Amino acid sequence: MSQDVLASPEFIAEAQEIVDALNRDLIAAEQASRTGEVEPDLVNTLFRSAHSLKGISGMFGQEPITKLAHSLEGVLDSMRLGKVRINAAALDVLFACVERFGVLIVQAAQGESHDAHVIEEMMGRLQRVARGEHDTSAPTDPLELVGLGPDILGVLTEYEEHRLRENVRKGRGLYLLRSSFDLSNFDLGLAEMDAVVKGLGEVITKLPSSKESEPGKISFDIIVGSDCSIEDLSRSISDDRIEISTIQQRGLVRPADSARSSSTPAAGQEDKESEEPGPAAVAPPEPELVEESKGELREGENPTSLRSVSQTVRVDIRRLDRLMNLVGELALTKVAFQRISDVMRREQGFTGMAVELHKESRNFERRLAELQAGIMEVRMVPLANLFERMVRVGRKMGRELGREVRIEVRGESTELDKLIVEDLADPLMHLIRNAIDHGIEPPEARRAAGKNSEGVVRLTAAAQGNHVLVEVSDDGKGIDVTRILETAVQRGVVTAERAPELNRRDVFNLLFLPGFSTRTEVSEYSGRGVGLDVVKTNIGQLSGVIDVDSAEGQGTSFMVTLPITLAIIPALVVQVSSATYAIPLNNVLETIALSHEDVRTIERREVIAVRGATVPLVDLREVFDLGEVQRPNTVFGVVAGVGQSRMALVVDELVGQQDIVIKSLGKRLQHVSGIAGATELGNQQTILVIDMMGLINELSIEDNRLAEGA
Amino acid sequence: MHKVLVVEDSPAMRGLIASIVDDVGGTEVVEAINGFDALRRLPRHSFALIITDINMPDLNGLELLSFIRKGANTLNTPVLIVTSEGSEKDRDRGMALGANAYLIKPFAPEELAATVRRLLNKSA
Repeated sequence: MSQDVLASPEFIAEAQEIVDALNRDLIAAEQASRTGEVEPDLVNTLFRSAHSLKGISGMFGQEPITKLAHSLEGVLDSMRLGKVRINAAALDVLFACVERFGVLIVQAAQGESHDAHVIEEMMGRLQRVARGEHDTSAPTDPLELVGLGPDILGVLTEYEEHRLRENVRKGRGLYLLRSSFDLSNFDLGLAEMDAVVKGLGEVITKLPSSKESEPGKISFDIIVGSDCSIEDLSRSISDDRIEISTIQQRGLVRPADSARSSSTPAAGQEDKESEEPGPAAVAPPEPELVEESKGELREGENPTSLRSVSQTVRVDIRRLDRLMNLVGELALTKVAFQRISDVMRREQGFTGMAVELHKESRNFERRLAELQAGIMEVRMVPLANLFERMVRVGRKMGRELGREVRIEVRGESTELDKLIVEDLADPLMHLIRNAIDHGIEPPEARRAAGKNSEGVVRLTAAAQGNHVLVEVSDDGKGIDVTRILETAVQRGVVTAERAPELNRRDVFNLLFLPGFSTRTEVSEYSGRGVGLDVVKTNIGQLSGVIDVDSAEGQGTSFMVTLPITLAIIPALVVQVSSATYAIPLNNVLETIALSHEDVRTIERREVIAVRGATVPLVDLREVFDLGEVQRPNTVFGVVAGVGQSRMALVVDELVGQQDIVIKSLGKRLQHVSGIAGATELGNQQTILVIDMMGLINELSIEDNRLAEGA
Repeated sequence: MHKVLVVEDSPAMRGLIASIVDDVGGTEVVEAINGFDALRRLPRHSFALIITDINMPDLNGLELLSFIRKGANTLNTPVLIVTSEGSEKDRDRGMALGANAYLIKPFAPEELAATVRRLLNKSA
């Protein structure tokens, strides 16, 4: 393995989880061994943990952990296959070994070297346990007596084979349960069945099969060992969708001590049942094993430091959402307090109680802001992982498309809400693909243009207040304005007469229209039917804005501006007619006072001029059908933008700014366009939150209709 | 684009295998977090290669393999099994069930890449 993956945080975290699981299961095994038998499932789980630890440490180049895990796996394998007894002395060695893993992981995380000698000693102890109980005298294989074909026997792992053998040896009946499930939720059905069967016997293996005649269905053959008769089994399961049949066993001979066979089978019992005092029960400690204390922790090796290696907690993000909701509700309480305080000060002047309440509510406000920031911090993840993936994909893409490309990354430590980062992968991948496929020229063309044959795609991120700017830029051939116009006219997106009137920016905007692609041939990457319009939609769903700029012959750059979170957002509260709405500030560019002289009508649409640009006016009175109330003479225009589109909402009054937590309106109302959800204001009033993206989309659809009608 | 299904219950190992397969080029990796997840994904795609771990809870790699060899769509799909040192018996069973190749953990990334390339060429 190359050096750069050594002791990666992923490895440390997963290894630590495995070691924690080993510890937990060993404690359970120890408790079970005191009172009787250790569940075969538990031993198998232990084995699997050791096995996984060996696997990942091997792949991540952690040789000492691999070697030790291999030894541990060997011991546990012998235990689960019934070759070695599980007793107190053996468990002591296993505990010491797991403790050693803890130390090794600490050392790996901190880049310290390990003591090879200590590991050798530990491995020696494990091997002695593995050898300790070994018995080579194997009786005739009871599996030969079972009426199972090689089609089933051949699919069993060694462990399952052992379990089957154990069941036969104990004289249990073997049954074949066959049931069909829907492919969509078969695991639930199986789990239900498992739960029923568990009380009656042991599930040895599950074999899936499907019939061509029943697409969407999957059936399972489940082999069960049980002391019950087939009648009892059928009665207990009592589900006519499950076919139950008996697997024939020739010369079924019950062992002399078959009376015991009703108990749960133990992993530690196989070949020497009659001689052993009790399967997997506490055996007198073997002196050889007990005397040893080598490989234990030494002075200076603090086992508690094992807790501090992976100082991370994995939390379901929904829990953070819940906390954020609480903060949102507390913010409402805060506003209520402030209102009471304001009223008191107005009515009573700056007297004792009013001043105190005011002071405390300010205090509360500050602490609440800290709490909110704290929760936000937990949600934040650096873009580094995502960028790394993009670099990998980009390099590969360049290779396949015959481009020489270097991908440069900057600002990868910039942090964003984890949910946004996850949803950013697809659009970002598309932009990179776009840059390599459409931007960077083939090496010959670049040389001819006097450029370095190796193209550069730059991926940068930078924080800007409550936003993060992610930019994908290339030094390729740039956007061919003439060609875009030709295509646009060809597709009827713009008329031939209007085409010359469009400015550069308008032309670039055409790229984001649905189904627009200047590429005639379909390459492996661009041929997926996904255009920049989808990128724009995806970014819009994250309340982001995408812009493009390009210089012919010098390159193109796509700029994506994203809010750092969507969990709690600042919003502008406005009044229209008698209704109150919240507009997410992420989308608001500016607010302006309007009198009706400012409004002009172009192509049957009201527009206003904002800093030289013509922006369509949208009146919520019309959109939400608020009745025939006349627009007052002076109103406010809230200029908002999503992606390349701009519009101005007419509102009667600007009430104020407030942090809001958007709540969904529920399934039935989620498709109402123009509404993103609802939120609560401090005075227990519930108001609707405007979905700018939806409004703008609706506007452009209407525009198209108008254009077609004209 | 060759679709490659990677079935592995350890996230770190799965990520590693996926990234190596990614780097082979011309491949699109679909990840399955266990055998059940693989059963669900099989009918949805047409895979050029399936890479599966053997030792997994609930549905082990051998059971999955026998299912793959029974399905009309996956009958001839190359399967690469990944086993560990010491599980030779399971590996042999896998090969007997119709796996096309095996790798023993820990393996070198180049080893996996070469095997993937070889199996993909065969099916192309």
